[in-house]
Amino acid sequence: MDVWSKLEYVAWGLSLMFGALMIIDLIRTDSTYDNDLLTSSREGEIEATAERHII
Amino acid sequence: MANGTTSKTQTERLQLLRVLGPAHIWALGVGIVLVGEYMGWNFSVGKGGMIAGLIACWVAGLLYTCVAMIDSEVTSTVAAAGGQYAQAKHIVGPLMAFNVGLFLVMAYTMLEAANAITVGFLLDTVAGIQGHSGLDQHPFIVLSIMFLAWLNYRGVLATLTFNLVITAIAFLAIIVLFLSVQFGASSVPLDFSAITNDPLPYGWVGIVASLHFGLWYYLGIEGTCQAAEEVRSPARSLPYGTMAGIMTLLIAATMTWYVCSGLIPWEYLGQAGTPLFDAARVTGNSWLMVLLFVGTMFATLASANGCINDASRAWFSMGRDRYLPSWFGAVHPVYRTPYRAIVFLVPIALIFALGAPLDQVVTFSILSGLLGYTFMTFNMIMFRNKWPLDTIKRGYVHPFHPLPTIVLLTLCSTAYFAVFLGYGTQLIAMLCFYIIASLWFHFRRYQFVRRGDQFTMPWPKPRGY
Repeated sequence: MDVWSKLEYVAWGLSLMFGALMIIDLIRTDSTYDNDLLTSSREGEIEATAERHII
Repeated sequence: MANGTTSKTQTERLQLLRVLGPAHIWALGVGIVLVGEYMGWNFSVGKGGMIAGLIACWVAGLLYTCVAMIDSEVTSTVAAAGGQYAQAKHIVGPLMAFNVGLFLVMAYTMLEAANAITVGFLLDTVAGIQGHSGLDQHPFIVLSIMFLAWLNYRGVLATLTFNLVITAIAFLAIIVLFLSVQFGASSVPLDFSAITNDPLPYGWVGIVASLHFGLWYYLGIEGTCQAAEEVRSPARSLPYGTMAGIMTLLIAATMTWYVCSGLIPWEYLGQAGTPLFDAARVTGNSWLMVLLFVGTMFATLASANGCINDASRAWFSMGRDRYLPSWFGAVHPVYRTPYRAIVFLVPIALIFALGAPLDQVVTFSILSGLLGYTFMTFNMIMFRNKWPLDTIKRGYVHPFHPLPTIVLLTLCSTAYFAVFLGYGTQLIAMLCFYIIASLWFHFRRYQFVRRGDQFTMPWPKPRGY
């Protein structure tokens, strides 16, 4: 087995790891925090507070 | 009192973090696009010869300069995640906004998939050079998507700082190649004799046909405005980063055409998979070969990284406005990223990367981008008509209005014709998809949208309202 064949297995392993890290964190976050808080972002607040469209 | 209200609001609500500066915006825009210098643009030479390739380079450059100017003006005012989607929502209407949101997600997700396919192809090429034939590209395609999605999941500052570093290296690689060839580092001299011997092998129609792939030089620069909710000063950073980005790309595109056309015969250049890397191989200089391989890999990864960032912001914004299920409109409480949108788009990118041919994926990405540019033309006209210059503050005002809009619409029409010449079936299929999606939105989804909440900019009423 040459280095490229080993790299194929390493790549599969890392892919699984990064996928698992995201999924586990997503499940943990969703079960820890209230969904209303997680979806509480509103579009206009930054603009409304930071800049006022007055000339 | 106003400050107290603001603090209270911010503690109760999760928002995306405002941590980015103009350099990150430059890295996002140029990072998405620069891969087009490393591959793809050269098919324009195959369609019409060297002169056609150069004309396509500059005509597409003009098109995208118009895009950058128009986008900078509107985005400096509509500073919200979702970019053109938020612009359409405020200026045109909900159905247009839904379609623009889909254009963005499709264009960026497919471009991400194309980049991942390219990573696999590049590694297969290197493995082949080292004597390993038949490399399984799938694990590397999957890894590039998974790693970059994870990086995006963990935070926007790290993601775009990473993009800044690898994009700068990829851009410098092009400059180094150009200077090295100019100062004699190449064992093969530049040869432009085909310009006089065989200027337009397919006639004038070849120039039109080449325009399709000329778009590759700049496709995605408009993605800068997706970061509008995460920059510290949107009105300053977005126009500055976007205009610096298009200037960078115009320089890089012209250098790329010059070096590649001078070193590689146009018949071969028109079919090459990695033209800049191939040009470095032609020089016979092993240092340049390594540098341009690194540049190609970095440009590809930077593009995929920026695409994940932009597609997830567009999807997140649509979820936040209930144009899609509101579940997608969530912000991570620690990393402050649209984490559900990022994770949801991963399998979609994987399906395209593992199951569709590269040219089809690229064509669907270009078509979605073109539809978005067409939207920008009448969006700009409506924006200036509804809110003239003396009614709201703009971070940037583009010059010569409406000339850039007219030029953009004319060039978009020409590009549609060019795409139709080569990929007419895909063009019609894509339009059918958006028509069906629009019907679904109008008859099924719009009932869930909170109509009063979606217009968020503190603007005066439009003229004639």
